[in-house]
Amino acid sequence: MIQFQYIRASTQKTAIETTAKDATAMFIAGGTNLVDLMKRGITTPQKLVDINNLPLKNIDASTGRIRIGALALNSAVAENKLVLDRQPLLAQALNAGASAQLRNMATVGGNMMQRTRCPYFYDTAMPCNKREPGSGCGALEGFNRMHAIFGFSDKCIAVNPSDMNVALVALDATVHIAGPKGNRTVPFINFHRLPGDLPQKDNNLEKGELITAVEIADNPFNKHVHYLKIRDRASYAFALVSVAAALHLDGNTIKGVRLAMGGVAHKPWRLTEAEKALVGKTVSEGTFRQAAEIAMQGAKGFKYNSFKLKMGPNAIVEALKTAAGIV
Amino acid sequence: MGKELFNPGEKDALDRVDGRQKVTGAAKYSAEYQLPNLAYGVLVSSSIAKGTIKSIDTKAAERAPGVVGVISHVNSIKVPGFADNEHPTEPPTGGRPLRAFYDNRVYFNGQPVAIVVADTLERAQYGASLVKVAYVKEQHTTDFNANTGKAVLPAQAKKNPKSSLNDYDRGQPDGYKTAPVKIEAEYHHPSEMHNPMELQSITAVWEADDKLTVYDKVQGTKPTQRAFATEWKIPVENVKVISKFVGGAFGNGLHNWPHETAAIIAAKQLKRPVKVAITREQMFTMVGYRPQTHQKIGIGATPDGKLVGITHESVGQTSTYEEFTESVLQQTRMMYTSPNLSTRYRLLPLDVSTPIWMRGPGEATGAFALESAMDELAHVLNIDPIEFRLKNYTEKDPDNNLPWSTKYLKECYQMGAERIGWNKRRMQPGTLKEGDWLVGYGMGVGTFGAHRGGATVRAKLHADGRLVMQCAVTDIGPGTGTAMVQIASTTLGIEPSQIVFELGHSDYPMFGNQGGSSTVNSVGSAVQAACNSLKQKLKDLASAKNASLTTADPKNISIKNGQLTITDNSLNVALADFFKQNNLQEMEVTEESKPGQEANKYSKYSFSVHFAEVHVHPKTGQVRVKKVVTGADAGTIISWKTAANQMIGGVTGGIGMALQEDAFMDHRFGRYVTKDFAEYHVPVHADVPHIDVFFVDKPDYIVDPIGTKGLGEIAIIGVAPAIANAIFNATGKRIRELPITADKLI
Repeated sequence: MIQFQYIRASTQKTAIETTAKDATAMFIAGGTNLVDLMKRGITTPQKLVDINNLPLKNIDASTGRIRIGALALNSAVAENKLVLDRQPLLAQALNAGASAQLRNMATVGGNMMQRTRCPYFYDTAMPCNKREPGSGCGALEGFNRMHAIFGFSDKCIAVNPSDMNVALVALDATVHIAGPKGNRTVPFINFHRLPGDLPQKDNNLEKGELITAVEIADNPFNKHVHYLKIRDRASYAFALVSVAAALHLDGNTIKGVRLAMGGVAHKPWRLTEAEKALVGKTVSEGTFRQAAEIAMQGAKGFKYNSFKLKMGPNAIVEALKTAAGIV
Repeated sequence: MGKELFNPGEKDALDRVDGRQKVTGAAKYSAEYQLPNLAYGVLVSSSIAKGTIKSIDTKAAERAPGVVGVISHVNSIKVPGFADNEHPTEPPTGGRPLRAFYDNRVYFNGQPVAIVVADTLERAQYGASLVKVAYVKEQHTTDFNANTGKAVLPAQAKKNPKSSLNDYDRGQPDGYKTAPVKIEAEYHHPSEMHNPMELQSITAVWEADDKLTVYDKVQGTKPTQRAFATEWKIPVENVKVISKFVGGAFGNGLHNWPHETAAIIAAKQLKRPVKVAITREQMFTMVGYRPQTHQKIGIGATPDGKLVGITHESVGQTSTYEEFTESVLQQTRMMYTSPNLSTRYRLLPLDVSTPIWMRGPGEATGAFALESAMDELAHVLNIDPIEFRLKNYTEKDPDNNLPWSTKYLKECYQMGAERIGWNKRRMQPGTLKEGDWLVGYGMGVGTFGAHRGGATVRAKLHADGRLVMQCAVTDIGPGTGTAMVQIASTTLGIEPSQIVFELGHSDYPMFGNQGGSSTVNSVGSAVQAACNSLKQKLKDLASAKNASLTTADPKNISIKNGQLTITDNSLNVALADFFKQNNLQEMEVTEESKPGQEANKYSKYSFSVHFAEVHVHPKTGQVRVKKVVTGADAGTIISWKTAANQMIGGVTGGIGMALQEDAFMDHRFGRYVTKDFAEYHVPVHADVPHIDVFFVDKPDYIVDPIGTKGLGEIAIIGVAPAIANAIFNATGKRIRELPITADKLI
């Protein structure tokens, strides 16, 4: 590990200023991903600005929305009563991620910022455009079992590894950001990027900007929800594919629906067209299957991940069935 | 809790004698010895698969804070034994192990090419990151599947016509082809990497110019002592190997690896103790693995289920510089009555690191193919898989025509079938459901030779009734100390709390490697011999003063609560007084125990049967192992808790083999891509269901005088096919390529 300076920020303002003016400075919160990246020489900050002392841990529900501080722990959010009552999909997704130990360290903001788990990204002896722009994409013609079927580019086919992000994109969350130029908000769906020609850029956060909170407006998706994660073992593995499904039902009629997938793209993948196809329909496996087919339009597999073209729609159907209670 | 795990009910099982040390952190492992002036070594490994090192730029590393030396082939001191062309460590494999920093050749990706030594681990790690290696690349060949046609008969087989690795035919070659009902199938599993919890580590100290002490994670202190004495051309007694605790080894400690020699070189060259603990990623290339293997089976039977023939061919992977072989085909030769039987064993040398034995070595590989094929043929014949096996049950070993020493496999079938609820199994796959999930049952058989070697134990009886024993054997996790205390307690009557079994030091009396399920058979017999020798001495002393005791049966001599009792002749005296009367401070014996010729008249094997109930989701391909019943005919069970523990561990490893473990190599680089625990999956708790363990617990006194046959290997052999067979029974899908991941089932 290279030597670095460590500063514990006492105010949001100094944290942002320190990080904004130093090209080699980074925020650190739970460190569950960043420390690994530093150990492997993938990320080499010369200054770490520890933000754990900032007052960003609160979870509250003032007018019509839940606001979750960026430093709220994944485990704290998953067991929070407001979250469980109003946004159970988020709790399910959080509990599907990592292990209990990691959830006790990882924060909401950090979870949003975690890098891909593509093995070429993690091995500095291998090519990776995300780690070293211009070195090539090792996964494109290599081991791409875990990789994207949507929205990839010839520069990068990595996926976003988060479960939480899949629920947040489905729930139309809003990201609150503070930065050297002031505060702004970004719809969750616009927070993460597709790789394009700049795979090194995972998201649209600018230098020195700090995630302060995510907000979820109250919605009717607190009853019929399911987060389904298919992975290589029962726990503690990244998704082959995952599906966040939320239904607003009136009897058997679908009044509203939210649908997103994980493990399939460089960003959490919202399935808007499939949602449109479901609204107004009656709950049935056949309806769900039709929506799943629509959801998969444009998907393309690589040598080792074409199974996702079949597992993906099946997972969508199963998640919707479970959410609707017709299993 | 222990009891319900294996449910023998009446058995009073001993807790692990070192359990408290292990769970409180008091147990000291090889990387935990803090010595004065200790330095830390970090290995730099190659990033190409084949070629030569053009240059190594170590300047930045040498200037880095705390770095005390950077050693590579450029500046390494000469290892005296390396000068001889044969590698001095007398490898258990054919060929010649990699010689650390000997020359500029690169044989595989991930090979250690330099070591950076610093005053702290972190500084050594940083130093290692600064070493720049330039290579001259050569075209490498690492793709097993693309090259299986180039596999060859092992040189070990060519050299020795009697080797079981040679082509073998019983009856008519390929006789299965004449059977009315037959199947042919190919099976494959990827390389599975040694990943015990404890990383491979060594602390090396040169006490003098010709005196070496190593705290080393190994499976044998004596073989390691001999290896390093030869390597450094110093007297054997000048090498001390200490391996008091081993955090799992599973076979990777049966070979001395380059990181060990690297640490010893560094300690010598830098004149200070050096510690090296390799990284998790380095575990994938530096300490061996279960080699990926491609197998073909042709098997045929009569319509009523009598086997006509089996042909079993295996191609395994090895490195270009060493020849690692394993007995993949042995179970096929001896498990079932088949008048015609052919085996062919081939190896494919590739530009990869050398494999090594991994729990149930060879047999676990072979059993996956054989026990899957038996299940496949049973299905075609429409015969229950257990019934099919019973129809072809062997009452003597068809491989050598010898009688079994003991064989209680039928009992295992029966007990296992009852416990899993085999009667719930449907003959027609895919017809049993629970909700949306398909339910299936499967079983697989395992076997492993019941081996016994020579062992010597020293036992010292103290006046207060304490017994202290010593043997050079290591304990890689099975609970060797616990079993030995149990044997001594049973033999002498002394309470377990008053018995200490000291192990893991090359100064102690002779034992070789802990491997091949032979420790209890060998060392346990020596413990019994030493305890019997103590009894004899006690009796001789007692008889000298009281002639009536001469006829006493040694069985009736015991020591309890410090009292020496010879019951049938009514001697009952405090041991302290008895010692005083005889002017003794303590009583010490050293006994060697080894197998006799009589045992050669028998064929000796342990047997296991594993039953699995699995649930498979037909749409998502998720597999959940819901229940496992595992049972063994392993002779007398000495230590019930640790024996059950072994079975549970073996089954867990088998679940990993069946469903998860996959070392994937990118052949463009000849480099592994799944090389950490995020990508290389082993079972987590949520993957492991209740494992119901049972033992037949019948002694085999032909194998050894304590009646044991060995347990460690059979715990995993046959588990993977049991799960694969259960998945077939659930889904009708026969997956012949491990691991059986969700994508293969949708």
